[in-house]
Amino acid sequence: MSLLSALISGLLFGAGLILSGMGNPAKVLAFLDLAGAWDPSLALVMVGAISVAFPAFHWAKRQPKHTSLLGKPITLPQRPVADRKLIVGAVLFGIGWGLAGYCPGPALATLLSAGWPAILFVIALLTGLLIVECYSARHP
Amino acid sequence: MLIGLAAAMLIMFNGRIAGISGILSGWLVQPRSGWRLAFLLGLIISPVLWSWLGTLPATHAIHNPWQILLAGLLVGIGTRLAQGCTSGHGVCGLARLSPRSLLATVLFMAAGFVTVFLLRHGWH
Repeated sequence: MSLLSALISGLLFGAGLILSGMGNPAKVLAFLDLAGAWDPSLALVMVGAISVAFPAFHWAKRQPKHTSLLGKPITLPQRPVADRKLIVGAVLFGIGWGLAGYCPGPALATLLSAGWPAILFVIALLTGLLIVECYSARHP
Repeated sequence: MLIGLAAAMLIMFNGRIAGISGILSGWLVQPRSGWRLAFLLGLIISPVLWSWLGTLPATHAIHNPWQILLAGLLVGIGTRLAQGCTSGHGVCGLARLSPRSLLATVLFMAAGFVTVFLLRHGWH
């Protein structure tokens, strides 16, 4: 059951990315181009997604036994507000996002439909994730 | 709205945060993690199902392979260090009112705005 709900969640997430235009790098770059012909519609997508998810997270935070509807433990991150890794990481991510208009979700959701740029991006993305993984395994 | 619904479903049924970079890097470390695999599979096959039901919207990407390669590396390294991307910090983090995610979202948005500004208007 929990595998099925994760699969359906992935399908809905992908459909949402395709429908909203997040899967189109040209639209993402137009959203990031404040000084050009700015296309603010993706901000509305984000507001829409947050407002739908908000009650669910509110509910999740209040579960006394910290278990989901399927009895799985609810894992919500409890980390300090900010550290250097968060700041450096978010800035690097933003530069990469602005360079090509891809972030991880949309790149995966268009992997089979958008040709070689999405495939190349995902290969580089996995490499980047593994670089940090290997580095932090050696320098704990 | 669908994105929010998917995130709501994952936290309510699976107790997990729908952060794509986190799910992806978690799967790289634990390839047998079933729920991660199921979610990623759903995400990847969604355009295939979509194309059976209707026409996929057209997408336009940049065509400089080196720029795409560098972008992917930066996004991979950055999201792993910051422990989240647009979905984990931008949607789920803001929806659960996390100050850490708010800071991350402001920073990656600002860095994205500056990068596009420099690429499109800066070097002319």
